Amino acid sequence: MNDVIGLAPWLIGFPLIGAAVLLLGGRATDRWGHWLGVLASGAAAVVGFILLFRMIGTPAEERAVDHILGTWLSAGGLDVDLGLRLDPLSMTFVVLVTFVGTLIHVYSVAYMDHDVDRRRFFAYLNLFVAAMLTLVLADSYLLLFVGWEGVGVASYLLIGFWDTGRPTARENAVAAKKAFVMNRVGDMGLIAAMAILFATVGSVSFADVLPAAGGLSEATATAVGLCLLLAACGKSAQFPLQAWLGDAMAGPTPVSALIHAATMVTAGVYLMVRSGAILEAAPTAQLVVVVVGAVTLLFGAVVGTAKDEIKKALAASTMSQIGYMMLAAGLGPAGYAFAIFHLLTHGFFKAGLFLGAGSVMHAMDDQTDMRRFGGLSRFLPITWITMGLGWLAILGIPPFSGYWSKDGIIEAAFVPVDGQPWRAWVFGTVAVVGAAITAFYMTRLFFMTFGGRRPRWTENQHPHEGSPLMWWPLVFLGVGSAGLGAVLGIGGTFTTWLEPVVGHAEHHEPVLPVPVIIGATLVLVLLGAALAFRMYAVQLVPEEAPRGSFLTRAARRDLYQDAANETLVVLPAHGIARLVQVGDRDVVDRGWGVLPLAVSWFGAMVRKAQTGYVRSYAAGMAGGVLVVALVAWLVVRLGAGLGGAQ
Amino acid sequence: MTPAGLEISGGETVLFWVVAPLMVLAALGLLFVRRAVHAAMCLVFVMVSMAILYIAQEAPFLGVVQVVVYTGAVMMLFLFVLMLVGVDASDSLTETIRGQRWIGLLVGLGLALVLGGVVGRAAFPPAAGLAGGDPAGVANPQALARVLFGDYVLAMEVVGVLLVTAAVGALVLTHRRRLTPKQNQRTVAEARVKALTEGVSLTPLPSPGVYATSNAMDTPALGPDGEQVPQSVSRVLRIRGQERPAPHAGVALVDADAPTGGAAPRRAEEDL
Amino acid sequence: MEITNYVVLAAVLFAIGATTVLLRRNAMVVFMGVELMLNATNLAFVTFARLHGDLTGQVLAFFVMVVAAAEVVVGLAIIVTIFRTRRSASVDDVNLLKG
Repeated sequence: MNDVIGLAPWLIGFPLIGAAVLLLGGRATDRWGHWLGVLASGAAAVVGFILLFRMIGTPAEERAVDHILGTWLSAGGLDVDLGLRLDPLSMTFVVLVTFVGTLIHVYSVAYMDHDVDRRRFFAYLNLFVAAMLTLVLADSYLLLFVGWEGVGVASYLLIGFWDTGRPTARENAVAAKKAFVMNRVGDMGLIAAMAILFATVGSVSFADVLPAAGGLSEATATAVGLCLLLAACGKSAQFPLQAWLGDAMAGPTPVSALIHAATMVTAGVYLMVRSGAILEAAPTAQLVVVVVGAVTLLFGAVVGTAKDEIKKALAASTMSQIGYMMLAAGLGPAGYAFAIFHLLTHGFFKAGLFLGAGSVMHAMDDQTDMRRFGGLSRFLPITWITMGLGWLAILGIPPFSGYWSKDGIIEAAFVPVDGQPWRAWVFGTVAVVGAAITAFYMTRLFFMTFGGRRPRWTENQHPHEGSPLMWWPLVFLGVGSAGLGAVLGIGGTFTTWLEPVVGHAEHHEPVLPVPVIIGATLVLVLLGAALAFRMYAVQLVPEEAPRGSFLTRAARRDLYQDAANETLVVLPAHGIARLVQVGDRDVVDRGWGVLPLAVSWFGAMVRKAQTGYVRSYAAGMAGGVLVVALVAWLVVRLGAGLGGAQ
Repeated sequence: MTPAGLEISGGETVLFWVVAPLMVLAALGLLFVRRAVHAAMCLVFVMVSMAILYIAQEAPFLGVVQVVVYTGAVMMLFLFVLMLVGVDASDSLTETIRGQRWIGLLVGLGLALVLGGVVGRAAFPPAAGLAGGDPAGVANPQALARVLFGDYVLAMEVVGVLLVTAAVGALVLTHRRRLTPKQNQRTVAEARVKALTEGVSLTPLPSPGVYATSNAMDTPALGPDGEQVPQSVSRVLRIRGQERPAPHAGVALVDADAPTGGAAPRRAEEDL
Repeated sequence: MEITNYVVLAAVLFAIGATTVLLRRNAMVVFMGVELMLNATNLAFVTFARLHGDLTGQVLAFFVMVVAAAEVVVGLAIIVTIFRTRRSASVDDVNLLKG
């Protein structure tokens, strides 16, 4: 590994230079800026693959390498190096981010073709790639945090990309702000975790913390684990910080594909898996992680069934799938590998679904309401096929990629932990039910868009496939959605690949026999799919959304998440802020205002002595002379009297 | 408390007890009289009495200097300025500043009592008297000169400079700057000729009395406009009503209707 | 009679002069009060010279006289100037420094 390790900093360097050139170059770079962006991302992908193949060629024990570039800061007791950790986990992410990222860069060249600000878009995309790679390659929590914040910034810039000159401009800006602020809440968790680690272990780098995790007291480890979970919830849109993901769909579709499906939102899962050693020292924290994953899984699935906008449905789906990953991550070593495996396959098929949705929107004049789609399979064949592959993958139909990863998670969920079978039953059932609901709404999405006997389009729609720059990436991603799972899953290749990082998982028996689990899951999935098929492909889909049941209406409103946030967080915060403002203005300022008032009152009093009349002043002087004379006389008299008495 | 060394003679005692009350009365007069001129006269009285006392106190030189410099020069200066400022200037005795009267009286009485009391009760060394102190036979002016130009010569020079400064200062303060260019004879004449077009007379107007028909004391003079000048009759006569009306100037100076060459001089009767 | 009688007289005259300064409004009269005070001081000086048998007192009185003369010159010039511009010799009219 050591001969190519010098290339590692270029993974971050190429996109960063690309972003810098495009941002500083300004309008002068407009004509070729997008190609530079693609080139920068592509170069990073090439480097990534070189490093990957080199790593595959090294024996398993030597695969984890810490490449230190230099000392970053040395202050107080804290010494942090600027270093990159290359091991199977980080390389997996590197390949995912750069490969899928480059495909999306290519797609964006065509998708953003008519946009004046295309060059700025690519600058931000490159910035994002650089920050994400920093995040996954960091060898310390602090450098990871730099990348963490960087992707947050890039996400903000990209969600609010269209913040001028169009009717939705203000909403876009508000959505960007919402995402950033909710992420901030999570960031507090990461900072708190780093602080606790520094206080107990004395360092924040992985090389020091992870081996020492076993020695932490359970309370400390639980605290750190929960703080890291908070951070992960913010970044990965898990309950309770999930409200921003739906609104984030205001950004251009390539952004949704790259950031809010494949990569940034998975950073939370990366953090959990990377900190596995700490979580294993805190079983309570692990349980909380699993619960959060389970809740979000169901939450996203329920919301996704009621959404009529294609991107929002896909966003809910992302939230749900990441819930699966979180659930797996909370299961300990048995689940880590499947969490990352699902992350990888999800990256391919979700990105493919999003780009496909973008292609559909592009063809339908930027329409997002699925109730106005229908019958597009004839007009958008490539999109139809690639999205179909993604659909089958997400459902978990063998032999497509989703099956291998999701079923691994479901199996792991059914394994009892600490000899307590109730957890296996609860979480396993949740996972299976979630899979069924996923099947339902994804099938609904697919057939509302492509199926149906009669199209429900608006006037003047002439859908057609986009340029090759748009559908070649779809093809690549479709192939990945189809085959990647099998390639990596058969024979446990991927699990073995990740073992040096996540540790060896003891194989316990699940509470149900494995074939039963797999069979039941498949049956329920097919049932869900069939139900959706009947409702949306066979029957007519109404153009106006019907009123629906209470649950449907609640799900349309994201199960009232915004109202809850508003009441629980925003209003109290506003209240406190207003209280502070009033206190500052009326209490503190007025209180301090007393002092100048007193001074000016005193001055006014004293000013009365300034009559301007010479005679008054003379009277003062004369009076003074009199007083002095009297005093002098008295002193002399008394002194003489005392002296005389002696 | 006047043991051996100095004997205050009975004559001096009488002098003191005559002059001192008068001085105090004059000073109180300065305080209380209305017209400034009267106050100045009171002060003159005080100063002259002061000179008498100096002479009685074996300071003859100082006494003469007091009369010459203080009374003669300084008070005369006061009177000159009073003349400039207004001889009739009189204050109303009502006080405008609140409480000033009481403060003034308090201060006055207080000062008098305290100072007088202190001095009266203080223990002084036996009075030496100057005759004993002088080198025998030297008169007071010479002895004073010896001290002045001997021990205090520097102070003398400085005081001389002070006087020069004061004189220059007075000059500077009272100097009036010309605000308009100084007119010489030529410019005055040119201005008059220019003003002819407006009807101003080229020649000076006749002074009062030119057209008088009588030079009796009780007849008023006639001014250039032919009207009576009341101030030309003594005020006493005017008050008593013993003024005689002057005949109006019926003398035709120039016939107003007769055309004359050039600009006609203004007739005395016409409006000015 | 004591020689200190002269000093008491001087004190009384001084007090009257001070009262004049405080109570009279005409600038000239105020100035005269100041002159009275100076004269009273001179009398005290001369008396003490006689008391101590030292001519220094008379010398000091002489200097006081000279300085008083200089002061009168300048003071009256000021009064004249003020009178020219303001047409008033009242001390109360120069109250521009009123706070």
